[in-house]
Amino acid sequence: MTTGVNGTKVIGFGHYQPSKVLTNEDLAKMVDTNDEWIVSRVGIKERRIAEHESVADMATAAAEMALSKSGLTAEDIDIVVVATCSAIDRVPNVASTVAARLGVASPAAMDVNTACSGFSHAVAVADHAIRAGSATKAVVVGVEKLSDFTDWTDRSTAVLFGDGAGAVVLTGVEDGEEPGVGPVVWGSVPEMSTAVRITAEDPHIKQDGQSVFRWATTTLAPLARKTAEAADVKIEDVGAVVFHQANLRIIEGIAKRLGADNAVIAKDIVGSGNTSAASVPLALSKMIEAGEVPSGAPILLFAFGGGLTYAGQIIRCP
Amino acid sequence: MTREEIREGLAEILEEVAGVNPEEALEEKSFTDDLDVDSLSMVEVVVAAEERFEVKIPDDEVQNLKTVGDAVSFIETARA
Repeated sequence: MTTGVNGTKVIGFGHYQPSKVLTNEDLAKMVDTNDEWIVSRVGIKERRIAEHESVADMATAAAEMALSKSGLTAEDIDIVVVATCSAIDRVPNVASTVAARLGVASPAAMDVNTACSGFSHAVAVADHAIRAGSATKAVVVGVEKLSDFTDWTDRSTAVLFGDGAGAVVLTGVEDGEEPGVGPVVWGSVPEMSTAVRITAEDPHIKQDGQSVFRWATTTLAPLARKTAEAADVKIEDVGAVVFHQANLRIIEGIAKRLGADNAVIAKDIVGSGNTSAASVPLALSKMIEAGEVPSGAPILLFAFGGGLTYAGQIIRCP
Repeated sequence: MTREEIREGLAEILEEVAGVNPEEALEEKSFTDDLDVDSLSMVEVVVAAEERFEVKIPDDEVQNLKTVGDAVSFIETARA
Protein backbone atom coordinates (compact mmCIF):
# COMPACT_ATOMS: atom_id res chain seq x y z
CA MET A 1 0.00 0.00 0.00
CA THR A 2 1.51 3.30 -1.09
CA THR A 3 1.16 6.12 1.35
CA GLY A 4 0.98 9.76 0.39
CA VAL A 5 2.07 12.98 2.01
CA ASN A 6 0.22 15.60 4.01
CA GLY A 7 0.31 18.18 1.21
CA THR A 8 2.25 19.72 -1.64
CA LYS A 9 4.03 22.99 -2.36
CA VAL A 10 5.09 25.00 -5.39
CA ILE A 11 8.88 25.01 -5.75
CA GLY A 12 9.31 26.36 -9.28
CA PHE A 13 7.50 28.56 -11.77
CA GLY A 14 8.00 29.47 -15.41
CA HIS A 15 6.37 31.02 -18.44
CA TYR A 16 6.74 31.54 -22.14
CA GLN A 17 5.28 34.15 -24.47
CA PRO A 18 5.81 34.39 -28.23
CA SER A 19 7.87 37.37 -29.42
CA LYS A 20 5.26 38.60 -31.94
CA VAL A 21 3.32 41.53 -30.42
CA LEU A 22 -0.14 42.43 -31.72
CA THR A 23 -1.14 45.92 -30.55
CA ASN A 24 -4.55 47.56 -30.59
CA GLU A 25 -3.28 49.76 -33.43
CA ASP A 26 -2.43 46.61 -35.42
CA LEU A 27 -5.96 45.29 -34.81
CA ALA A 28 -7.51 48.59 -35.91
CA LYS A 29 -6.06 47.87 -39.38
CA MET A 30 -7.78 44.45 -39.44
CA VAL A 31 -11.26 45.14 -37.99
CA ASP A 32 -13.39 48.19 -37.19
CA THR A 33 -12.02 49.02 -33.75
CA ASN A 34 -9.61 51.36 -31.99
CA ASP A 35 -7.38 51.55 -28.93
CA GLU A 36 -9.87 53.57 -26.85
CA TRP A 37 -12.73 51.15 -27.59
CA ILE A 38 -10.67 48.09 -26.63
CA VAL A 39 -9.06 49.61 -23.52
CA SER A 40 -12.35 50.93 -22.14
CA ARG A 41 -14.16 47.60 -22.59
CA VAL A 42 -11.56 44.98 -21.78
CA GLY A 43 -8.43 46.79 -20.61
CA ILE A 44 -6.09 45.11 -23.13
CA LYS A 45 -3.36 47.13 -24.87
CA GLU A 46 -1.46 44.34 -26.63
CA ARG A 47 -1.20 40.55 -26.83
CA ARG A 48 1.36 37.99 -28.02
CA ILE A 49 0.65 35.76 -31.01
CA ALA A 50 2.45 32.49 -31.76
CA GLU A 51 3.55 32.63 -35.39
CA HIS A 52 5.99 29.74 -35.30
CA GLU A 53 5.39 28.08 -31.94
CA SER A 54 3.01 25.17 -31.38
CA VAL A 55 1.08 24.56 -28.16
CA ALA A 56 3.66 21.91 -27.20
CA ASP A 57 6.58 24.27 -27.98
CA MET A 58 5.24 26.93 -25.61
CA ALA A 59 4.32 24.37 -22.93
CA THR A 60 7.79 22.85 -23.05
CA ALA A 61 9.50 26.25 -22.78
CA ALA A 62 7.44 27.20 -19.71
CA ALA A 63 8.00 23.77 -18.13
CA GLU A 64 11.77 24.01 -18.71
CA MET A 65 11.91 27.34 -16.89
CA ALA A 66 9.82 26.00 -13.99
CA LEU A 67 11.99 22.90 -13.71
CA SER A 68 15.15 25.02 -13.73
CA LYS A 69 13.78 27.31 -10.99
CA SER A 70 12.75 24.31 -8.87
CA GLY A 71 16.26 22.87 -8.68
CA LEU A 72 14.90 19.49 -9.78
CA THR A 73 15.73 17.68 -13.00
CA ALA A 74 13.49 15.85 -15.45
CA GLU A 75 14.43 12.54 -13.83
CA ASP A 76 12.73 13.62 -10.59
CA ILE A 77 9.32 14.18 -12.25
CA ASP A 78 6.71 11.41 -12.24
CA ILE A 79 3.54 13.24 -13.33
CA VAL A 80 2.94 15.85 -16.04
CA VAL A 81 -0.45 17.58 -16.25
CA VAL A 82 -1.20 20.09 -19.01
CA ALA A 83 -4.27 22.33 -19.06
CA THR A 84 -5.28 23.39 -22.56
CA CYS A 85 -8.27 23.59 -24.89
CA SER A 86 -6.39 24.60 -28.03
CA ALA A 87 -4.17 21.61 -28.86
CA ILE A 88 -5.12 20.61 -32.40
CA ASP A 89 -3.64 17.08 -32.37
CA ARG A 90 -5.98 14.61 -30.66
CA VAL A 91 -3.11 12.22 -29.94
CA PRO A 92 -0.49 12.44 -28.57
CA ASN A 93 -1.68 14.75 -25.83
CA VAL A 94 0.46 17.79 -25.02
CA ALA A 95 1.64 16.31 -21.70
CA SER A 96 3.24 13.33 -23.47
CA THR A 97 5.06 15.61 -25.91
CA VAL A 98 6.28 17.88 -23.10
CA ALA A 99 7.47 14.84 -21.11
CA ALA A 100 9.34 13.49 -24.14
CA ARG A 101 11.05 16.81 -24.84
CA LEU A 102 11.99 17.39 -21.20
CA GLY A 103 13.32 13.83 -20.95
CA VAL A 104 10.99 12.70 -18.19
CA ALA A 105 11.33 8.93 -18.16
CA SER A 106 7.91 7.40 -17.44
CA PRO A 107 5.49 9.91 -15.97
CA ALA A 108 1.73 9.78 -15.79
CA ALA A 109 1.03 12.29 -18.57
CA MET A 110 -2.39 13.81 -19.13
CA ASP A 111 -4.15 16.86 -20.55
CA VAL A 112 -7.03 18.51 -18.73
CA ASN A 113 -9.59 20.55 -20.68
CA THR A 114 -11.69 22.93 -18.63
CA ALA A 115 -10.98 25.89 -20.95
CA CYS A 116 -9.90 29.05 -19.12
CA SER A 117 -10.13 27.48 -15.65
CA GLY A 118 -7.85 24.59 -16.62
CA PHE A 119 -4.71 25.49 -14.70
CA SER A 120 -6.29 25.41 -11.24
CA HIS A 121 -7.95 22.09 -12.15
CA ALA A 122 -4.57 20.72 -13.26
CA VAL A 123 -2.86 21.89 -10.05
CA ALA A 124 -5.59 20.11 -8.06
CA VAL A 125 -5.13 16.88 -10.04
CA ALA A 126 -1.37 16.92 -9.41
CA ASP A 127 -1.81 17.90 -5.74
CA HIS A 128 -4.29 15.08 -5.18
CA ALA A 129 -2.05 12.53 -6.94
CA ILE A 130 0.96 13.43 -4.79
CA ARG A 131 -1.05 13.53 -1.57
CA ALA A 132 -2.50 10.12 -2.37
CA GLY A 133 0.93 8.66 -3.04
CA SER A 134 0.33 8.07 -6.76
CA ALA A 135 3.16 10.45 -7.67
CA THR A 136 5.84 12.48 -5.90
CA LYS A 137 6.83 15.42 -8.12
CA ALA A 138 4.77 17.17 -10.78
CA VAL A 139 5.14 19.52 -13.69
CA VAL A 140 1.85 21.40 -14.21
CA VAL A 141 1.39 23.57 -17.31
CA GLY A 142 -1.31 25.92 -18.59
CA VAL A 143 -0.88 26.61 -22.30
CA GLU A 144 -3.03 28.04 -25.04
CA LYS A 145 -2.82 29.06 -28.70
CA LEU A 146 -6.24 30.57 -29.22
CA SER A 147 -4.99 32.50 -32.26
CA ASP A 148 -5.68 29.25 -34.17
CA PHE A 149 -9.36 29.54 -33.16
CA THR A 150 -9.85 33.30 -33.43
CA ASP A 151 -12.10 34.82 -36.09
CA TRP A 152 -9.90 37.72 -37.16
CA THR A 153 -12.87 39.42 -38.86
CA ASP A 154 -14.99 39.56 -35.66
CA ARG A 155 -14.12 42.64 -33.62
CA SER A 156 -15.97 41.39 -30.54
CA THR A 157 -13.59 38.43 -30.10
CA ALA A 158 -10.46 39.22 -32.16
CA VAL A 159 -9.37 41.87 -29.66
CA LEU A 160 -9.53 39.54 -26.65
CA PHE A 161 -7.16 36.64 -26.99
CA GLY A 162 -3.44 35.96 -26.88
CA ASP A 163 -1.07 32.98 -26.84
CA GLY A 164 1.32 31.79 -24.16
CA ALA A 165 2.16 29.29 -21.42
CA GLY A 166 2.92 29.12 -17.73
CA ALA A 167 4.02 26.27 -15.48
CA VAL A 168 4.79 25.25 -11.91
CA VAL A 169 6.61 22.36 -10.27
CA LEU A 170 4.96 20.72 -7.26
CA THR A 171 6.50 18.41 -4.67
CA GLY A 172 5.29 16.88 -1.42
CA VAL A 173 5.88 18.68 1.86
CA GLU A 174 8.16 17.24 4.55
CA ASP A 175 6.70 15.64 7.68
CA GLY A 176 5.39 18.43 9.93
CA GLU A 177 5.59 21.06 7.19
CA GLU A 178 2.42 23.04 6.39
CA PRO A 179 0.95 22.36 2.91
CA GLY A 180 1.80 25.06 0.36
CA VAL A 181 -1.19 24.26 -1.84
CA GLY A 182 -4.63 24.74 -0.31
CA PRO A 183 -7.80 22.73 -0.99
CA VAL A 184 -9.32 23.33 -4.40
CA VAL A 185 -12.73 24.99 -4.66
CA TRP A 186 -14.16 23.96 -8.01
CA GLY A 187 -17.39 23.48 -9.87
CA SER A 188 -19.37 24.31 -12.97
CA VAL A 189 -22.61 25.80 -14.26
CA PRO A 190 -24.00 23.18 -16.67
CA GLU A 191 -27.01 25.29 -17.69
CA MET A 192 -24.55 27.83 -19.14
CA SER A 193 -22.52 25.17 -21.00
CA THR A 194 -22.80 26.94 -24.37
CA ALA A 195 -22.00 30.45 -23.13
CA VAL A 196 -18.36 30.05 -24.28
CA ARG A 197 -17.72 27.70 -27.18
CA ILE A 198 -15.46 26.44 -29.95
CA THR A 199 -17.56 23.87 -31.81
CA ALA A 200 -17.25 21.66 -34.87
CA GLU A 201 -19.86 23.71 -36.76
CA ASP A 202 -17.74 26.84 -36.49
CA PRO A 203 -14.28 26.31 -35.02
CA HIS A 204 -13.85 29.88 -33.81
CA ILE A 205 -14.13 30.97 -30.20
CA LYS A 206 -17.48 32.58 -29.46
CA GLN A 207 -19.10 33.74 -26.26
CA ASP A 208 -22.26 35.31 -24.90
CA GLY A 209 -20.32 38.23 -23.53
CA GLN A 210 -22.98 39.87 -21.39
CA SER A 211 -24.07 36.60 -19.75
CA VAL A 212 -20.50 35.59 -18.96
CA PHE A 213 -19.67 39.07 -17.66
CA ARG A 214 -22.73 39.01 -15.40
CA TRP A 215 -21.91 35.54 -14.06
CA ALA A 216 -18.29 36.45 -13.43
CA THR A 217 -18.94 39.76 -11.70
CA THR A 218 -21.81 38.55 -9.51
CA THR A 219 -20.96 34.97 -8.48
CA LEU A 220 -17.18 34.58 -8.36
CA ALA A 221 -16.17 36.86 -5.47
CA PRO A 222 -17.90 34.66 -2.84
CA LEU A 223 -16.29 31.55 -4.37
CA ALA A 224 -12.87 33.20 -4.28
CA ARG A 225 -13.46 34.09 -0.63
CA LYS A 226 -14.44 30.48 0.07
CA THR A 227 -11.15 29.40 -1.54
CA ALA A 228 -9.16 31.46 0.99
CA GLU A 229 -11.31 30.15 3.85
CA ALA A 230 -10.72 26.56 2.71
CA ALA A 231 -6.99 27.12 3.28
CA ASP A 232 -7.59 28.90 6.64
CA VAL A 233 -6.24 32.15 5.17
CA LYS A 234 -7.90 35.43 6.17
CA ILE A 235 -8.76 37.54 3.14
CA GLU A 236 -6.73 40.48 4.50
CA ASP A 237 -3.66 38.23 4.75
CA VAL A 238 -3.70 37.29 1.06
CA GLY A 239 -0.51 38.70 -0.51
CA ALA A 240 -1.52 38.44 -4.14
CA VAL A 241 -4.57 37.52 -6.19
CA VAL A 242 -4.30 35.98 -9.64
CA PHE A 243 -7.69 35.74 -11.30
CA HIS A 244 -8.07 34.32 -14.79
CA GLN A 245 -7.10 37.26 -16.98
CA ALA A 246 -10.38 37.47 -18.91
CA ASN A 247 -11.17 41.17 -18.89
CA LEU A 248 -9.75 43.97 -16.73
CA ARG A 249 -13.26 45.09 -15.78
CA ILE A 250 -14.10 41.60 -14.51
CA ILE A 251 -10.82 41.43 -12.58
CA GLU A 252 -11.37 44.84 -10.98
CA GLY A 253 -15.04 44.04 -10.30
CA ILE A 254 -14.32 40.75 -8.51
CA ALA A 255 -11.34 42.24 -6.66
CA LYS A 256 -13.54 45.03 -5.29
CA ARG A 257 -16.18 42.58 -4.07
CA LEU A 258 -13.54 40.20 -2.68
CA GLY A 259 -11.99 42.90 -0.49
CA ALA A 260 -8.43 41.54 -0.47
CA ASP A 261 -7.23 45.03 0.31
CA ASN A 262 -3.60 44.16 1.09
CA ALA A 263 -3.07 42.00 -2.00
CA VAL A 264 -1.32 42.73 -5.26
CA ILE A 265 -3.93 42.09 -7.99
CA ALA A 266 -2.47 40.54 -11.17
CA LYS A 267 -3.28 42.63 -14.25
CA ASP A 268 -1.18 40.82 -16.83
CA ILE A 269 -4.14 41.01 -19.21
CA VAL A 270 -3.08 44.55 -20.16
CA GLY A 271 0.00 43.29 -22.01
CA SER A 272 -0.95 39.67 -22.71
CA GLY A 273 -4.68 39.57 -23.46
CA ASN A 274 -6.83 36.62 -22.42
CA THR A 275 -4.63 33.52 -22.73
CA SER A 276 -7.27 31.12 -21.36
CA ALA A 277 -5.69 28.25 -19.38
CA ALA A 278 -2.28 29.94 -19.61
CA SER A 279 -3.36 33.21 -18.03
CA VAL A 280 -3.11 32.27 -14.34
CA PRO A 281 0.33 30.58 -14.42
CA LEU A 282 1.64 33.19 -16.87
CA ALA A 283 0.61 36.10 -14.64
CA LEU A 284 1.76 34.19 -11.54
CA SER A 285 5.22 33.44 -12.91
CA LYS A 286 5.79 37.01 -14.11
CA MET A 287 4.60 38.37 -10.75
CA ILE A 288 6.94 36.13 -8.74
CA GLU A 289 9.87 36.79 -11.07
CA ALA A 290 9.35 40.54 -10.69
CA GLY A 291 9.58 40.14 -6.91
CA GLU A 292 6.08 41.48 -6.32
CA VAL A 293 5.20 38.80 -3.73
CA PRO A 294 7.34 37.86 -0.70
CA SER A 295 8.35 34.22 -0.32
CA GLY A 296 5.81 32.32 1.79
CA ALA A 297 2.97 34.79 1.18
CA PRO A 298 -0.43 33.26 0.34
CA ILE A 299 -1.42 33.78 -3.29
CA LEU A 300 -5.06 33.28 -4.25
CA LEU A 301 -5.44 31.67 -7.67
CA PHE A 302 -8.94 31.70 -9.11
CA ALA A 303 -9.75 30.69 -12.68
CA PHE A 304 -13.06 30.57 -14.53
CA GLY A 305 -14.29 30.11 -18.06
CA GLY A 306 -15.95 27.90 -20.65
CA GLY A 307 -18.20 25.15 -19.36
CA LEU A 308 -18.89 27.31 -17.46
CA THR A 309 -16.26 26.07 -15.03
CA TYR A 310 -14.28 27.52 -12.15
CA ALA A 311 -11.49 26.41 -9.83
CA GLY A 312 -9.17 28.06 -7.38
CA GLN A 313 -6.73 27.41 -4.58
CA ILE A 314 -4.35 29.24 -2.28
CA ILE A 315 -0.66 28.57 -2.92
CA ARG A 316 2.31 29.75 -0.89
CA CYS A 317 4.76 31.85 -2.90
CA PRO A 318 7.97 29.80 -3.38
CA MET B 1 -42.97 53.42 -6.12
CA THR B 2 -43.84 55.87 -8.93
CA ARG B 3 -42.31 55.89 -12.42
CA GLU B 4 -40.44 59.04 -11.49
CA GLU B 5 -38.99 57.44 -8.38
CA ILE B 6 -37.83 54.46 -10.45
CA ARG B 7 -36.29 56.82 -13.04
CA GLU B 8 -34.47 58.77 -10.31
CA GLY B 9 -33.14 55.53 -8.85
CA LEU B 10 -31.91 54.44 -12.28
CA ALA B 11 -30.29 57.84 -12.80
CA GLU B 12 -28.31 57.38 -9.58
CA ILE B 13 -27.19 53.92 -10.71
CA LEU B 14 -26.21 55.24 -14.15
CA GLU B 15 -24.15 57.98 -12.54
CA GLU B 16 -22.36 55.56 -10.24
CA VAL B 17 -21.75 52.77 -12.77
CA ALA B 18 -21.21 54.69 -16.01
CA GLY B 19 -20.62 58.30 -15.02
CA VAL B 20 -23.84 59.52 -16.65
CA ASN B 21 -24.99 63.02 -15.64
CA PRO B 22 -28.28 62.41 -13.73
CA GLU B 23 -29.93 65.33 -15.52
CA GLU B 24 -29.35 63.50 -18.82
CA ALA B 25 -30.99 60.24 -17.68
CA LEU B 26 -34.45 61.03 -19.02
CA GLU B 27 -37.03 58.43 -20.14
CA GLU B 28 -36.59 59.04 -23.86
CA LYS B 29 -32.78 58.68 -23.77
CA SER B 30 -31.16 55.60 -25.37
CA PHE B 31 -28.60 53.87 -23.16
CA THR B 32 -26.12 53.26 -25.97
CA ASP B 33 -26.79 56.13 -28.41
CA ASP B 34 -27.46 59.02 -26.02
CA LEU B 35 -25.86 58.06 -22.71
CA ASP B 36 -22.82 56.16 -24.05
CA VAL B 37 -23.46 53.13 -21.81
CA ASP B 38 -21.58 50.18 -23.36
CA SER B 39 -22.80 46.57 -23.25
CA LEU B 40 -20.79 45.62 -20.16
CA SER B 41 -21.78 48.77 -18.26
CA MET B 42 -25.37 47.86 -19.14
CA VAL B 43 -24.89 44.56 -17.32
CA GLU B 44 -23.57 46.45 -14.29
CA VAL B 45 -26.57 48.78 -14.41
CA VAL B 46 -28.93 45.80 -14.59
CA VAL B 47 -27.28 44.01 -11.67
CA ALA B 48 -27.43 47.18 -9.55
CA ALA B 49 -31.07 47.76 -10.56
CA GLU B 50 -31.99 44.19 -9.58
CA GLU B 51 -30.61 44.78 -6.08
CA ARG B 52 -32.10 48.23 -5.65
CA PHE B 53 -35.59 47.51 -6.98
CA GLU B 54 -35.76 43.85 -5.87
CA VAL B 55 -36.63 42.53 -9.33
CA LYS B 56 -35.14 39.95 -11.72
CA ILE B 57 -34.05 41.20 -15.13
CA PRO B 58 -33.10 38.11 -17.22
CA ASP B 59 -30.23 38.29 -19.77
CA ASP B 60 -32.72 37.77 -22.61
CA GLU B 61 -34.65 40.84 -21.49
CA VAL B 62 -31.64 43.18 -21.30
CA GLN B 63 -31.38 43.55 -25.08
CA ASN B 64 -34.97 44.87 -25.20
CA LEU B 65 -34.19 47.69 -22.80
CA LYS B 66 -33.13 50.35 -25.31
CA THR B 67 -34.14 53.49 -23.43
CA VAL B 68 -34.32 54.59 -19.81
CA GLY B 69 -38.13 54.53 -20.23
CA ASP B 70 -37.99 50.84 -21.35
CA ALA B 71 -36.11 49.98 -18.15
CA VAL B 72 -38.50 52.01 -15.99
CA SER B 73 -41.49 50.20 -17.58
CA PHE B 74 -39.91 46.77 -17.09
CA ILE B 75 -39.12 47.47 -13.44
CA GLU B 76 -42.58 48.98 -12.82
CA THR B 77 -44.28 45.87 -14.27
CA ALA B 78 -41.95 43.46 -12.49
CA ARG B 79 -42.66 45.11 -9.13
CA ALA B 80 -46.45 45.15 -9.65
